Amino acid sequence: MSLRDVLSPFTAWKHVIDTPVTIQDPFNREAADRYRGFHQNDMDKCIGCGSCEEICQNDAIDMVPVEGQNAGPGDSGLRPMIDYGRCCWCALCVDVCMTGSLTMSNEYTWVDSDPDAFRFIPGVDGKSWDLEPKGYQREDTRRLTGTTRAPMGEMEPEARIGNFDEIVDGFTREQAVIEADRCVECGLCVATCPAHMDIPDYISKVRDGDYEGGLQILYETNPFSQACGRICTHKCETTCAAMHEGDAIAIRWLKRDITDNVPRERYFDLIQKPDVPETGQKIAVIGAGPAGLTTAYDLARKGHKVVVFEALDKPGGMMRYGIPEYRLPYDVLDHEISVIESMGVEIRCNMRVGHEISMQQLEKAYDAVVLSIGLHQGRSTRVPGSEKAEAAIDLLRRITAGEEVPVPEQVAVIGGGNVAMDIARSMARLQKVKYDKVGVTITALEELDRFLADAEEIKEAQEEGCVIYPARGPQEITLEGENVTGLRTWKVKAIFDDEGRFAPKYDEADEMVHPAQMVVEAIGQMSDISLLGAELTEKLEWNRGRIMIDADGQTSEAWLWAAGDVTSGPDVIHAVADGHRVARSVGKMLATKREKLQ
Amino acid sequence: MFSFKPDRSQYPEPGPDGKLEIDLETGKYLKLWHGPNHPGITGNMSVELTVCGDEVVDGKTHVGYLHRGFEKLMERRTFIQVFPIVCRVCVPEPDFNEYCYAAAVEELADIDVPEMANWIRTLILEMGRFNSYMMAMGGISGALGLGVVGQWMTYTRDLMLDRFEELTGARIYHMFILPGGVRAHLPEGFEARMEEVLQTAEKYLADAEKLMFHSSVFKTRTKGVGYIDPALFERYGVTGPNARAGGVAKDVRKDSPYLVYDQLEFTVHTETESDIYARTLVRYKDLQETIQLIRQILRKMPKTGEVMSNLPNVLHWKIPRGETYIKGESSRGEYGYYLVTDGTGYPRRINVRGPSYTHAMALLEHLIPGTNISDVAALMVSLHTYPPEIER
Repeated sequence: MSLRDVLSPFTAWKHVIDTPVTIQDPFNREAADRYRGFHQNDMDKCIGCGSCEEICQNDAIDMVPVEGQNAGPGDSGLRPMIDYGRCCWCALCVDVCMTGSLTMSNEYTWVDSDPDAFRFIPGVDGKSWDLEPKGYQREDTRRLTGTTRAPMGEMEPEARIGNFDEIVDGFTREQAVIEADRCVECGLCVATCPAHMDIPDYISKVRDGDYEGGLQILYETNPFSQACGRICTHKCETTCAAMHEGDAIAIRWLKRDITDNVPRERYFDLIQKPDVPETGQKIAVIGAGPAGLTTAYDLARKGHKVVVFEALDKPGGMMRYGIPEYRLPYDVLDHEISVIESMGVEIRCNMRVGHEISMQQLEKAYDAVVLSIGLHQGRSTRVPGSEKAEAAIDLLRRITAGEEVPVPEQVAVIGGGNVAMDIARSMARLQKVKYDKVGVTITALEELDRFLADAEEIKEAQEEGCVIYPARGPQEITLEGENVTGLRTWKVKAIFDDEGRFAPKYDEADEMVHPAQMVVEAIGQMSDISLLGAELTEKLEWNRGRIMIDADGQTSEAWLWAAGDVTSGPDVIHAVADGHRVARSVGKMLATKREKLQ
Repeated sequence: MFSFKPDRSQYPEPGPDGKLEIDLETGKYLKLWHGPNHPGITGNMSVELTVCGDEVVDGKTHVGYLHRGFEKLMERRTFIQVFPIVCRVCVPEPDFNEYCYAAAVEELADIDVPEMANWIRTLILEMGRFNSYMMAMGGISGALGLGVVGQWMTYTRDLMLDRFEELTGARIYHMFILPGGVRAHLPEGFEARMEEVLQTAEKYLADAEKLMFHSSVFKTRTKGVGYIDPALFERYGVTGPNARAGGVAKDVRKDSPYLVYDQLEFTVHTETESDIYARTLVRYKDLQETIQLIRQILRKMPKTGEVMSNLPNVLHWKIPRGETYIKGESSRGEYGYYLVTDGTGYPRRINVRGPSYTHAMALLEHLIPGTNISDVAALMVSLHTYPPEIER
């Protein structure tokens, strides 16, 4: 112990003259720029997916309906309400937010005597920090859920152009797991899907590798899951929460992954007819397309006797005769329909109503009749020479049926929808086989980015050698004697007039002649309603050339329903949804009828 | 100059088995509760003292005032949901929990962490160590009546909390080290502001040194008091500065380097006396080393690079079956997380190895008999224990 040890503590006295370090007014001390304070939520960006609610370990977040925020495509209409009695300001909700709408202000303190005030909806219940730019936000991209879609393998253009083999490979197990893992199970897709398929549930089955369980979920809402796994227009993917900061989940491919991974013979064990008593009631369905067969599937599972009348050689409707085999292989479709038949549905092919059997006979012999005849008649441009044009839908049907179709060296297609791409790519394949080269020109009124066809259809058509001329309106199909020599088009200036009516305006100076020995019109289809007969046509109520139906698909005739493209459209999943709707309505009517008899 | 020899004549002799026969009825002994509400106790625990005069003849540690069941709570949360609560296991130095948990998850889920994130993690751990040592220095001074050092240390610690706030977005529970990396880069101008804090700290530490290690009062109260026999280190699981003060040069950062410690230069300081003075001196030197390490990290760390890797979807994150133990050198010794996963979306078991568990319970009980009442607080603080860590 030295003298120094006694004296040195007194050096502390030098701090007596220091300025006090205590902050006098902590309420006005501004927090750091990335301080995690009270939340902000951008109502324009929030989609109410509920990922914030899901991740919150304190259960501090509840998704609640908010006045003025209506549910719609891609928006649940709900918004997060945060209970600051529970919140621990960990900001996982900000990190997981699918749109980046949720952030935090750097508000340090907030005093209120009302405890209930600390439970509010950021962005709705206005707060002083709502517009504060400082505060915590994600530094870069979302890292807590995947943003990039797993790549899908497909045949190279050179390999696929000479045949009708299926192009898309389907996911490998690894790809499927990556893709399924990205789903946050918000269910916005379920609301968007016309058939309201239970998408998050079946995606979770992919993750778990429980494909058989997944298949059962698929068939609860869609007996055409195999087809939809390949050619669905996947509206669900346009409202996916993941698309706001990354790629939408490949819902369609995941559906296909399930159907591909269950052995075909297992379908019949997994999708069995429920054990219900036979009702003895009979329903006739006209047209074995997706709408008709879905109706038949549902009604057969309720114990009714269902007979489907199909005019063509094989069932499937537009899925078989409209969609080329490289998109939907026929064996897949055959298997799909055989599952429906295993429910006891009887399909009578080559039975054209109006020829082999009349509507009146059906009305008498059956308790209900469902009209699901699709749109099998092509529309015409009615430009000079159009009487020599081929209808895309006819050509596609003939190709499927194995009939001989003319394959000239040069083909011009009019139309920018999926049917146009289907016929263009089908003709390209036939040309490749015959001439070892492709000579297909596609013209449409719309600009390329406004084409009605799926983007991937357009891309693949171009890869296969089809040449697209967007914004060109057909003026004449040029003829030399009886033979088609080409298609004359003008540049389109505008498609619609000021009031939004279809009235194309052209730049006549910008004229092109696309040389072609065949011009195909793919500008839309209509129904062939000749089967109804004059009397019934007269009796039915119509709406702009379409049969008028009520909300359940019932026509003005009590025994007749209509479903599918003939009333709405224009794709398989809408037809399936329609089929369910009509089946419910028919089932209800049949039940009432049974009750009356008892 | 000063000398003090307690009169032990009134003490009862231990029985043949070495144990005291304490009979409260005799009026010779008194039970005294030291804590849980006592400024001389670190955190929410208490020591039940049996005193004879002002000499402590027996001490029993009591915990349970703070039981929050974190380890059990974690088993009911998904892997990402555990992240916000681990920091709460230890209030003054929460970052070790974040790091150990994140590293354990990363190992079992096979996730790579970007290099930049490892540097920032190391920086944060050293900043946390700085804070924790500041608290320990202030605590030991306070326990011995040197309140002014406590105030200086608290002020300096607050300046570091400001740096934490601007880096992590929070002052106490930083919630910054996520599995997969860290949340953000250093903010603009951070290095300069950090340097200011370090210089202020050095200034106050130089003053504190005079008040502590060159003070006759401090020396009298701490030298030779609270001696831990190095032979007991292994038996009682003594690690960190408590062991280093007894001459054991053990430091996880050196012995099995993690993060970027293998790229940093630092010394493991030891003393030999193994008493309160030696333990405080080791902490003081370690604190200087930490200040040097923070400077070194800021100088050596890369300026750009990713700080976070992409995680699988955390909302349904399942981690394959496995188990791991991740350890690091906290300011109190070896800190570890034992994580068991069973292939589901929830941890099967998480066990937190906090050094306070051994130091504040068994070791303290062993050291207490024979001390003076007024030394108990200093003894306890000298072990540098945090009860939240005992009660996970």
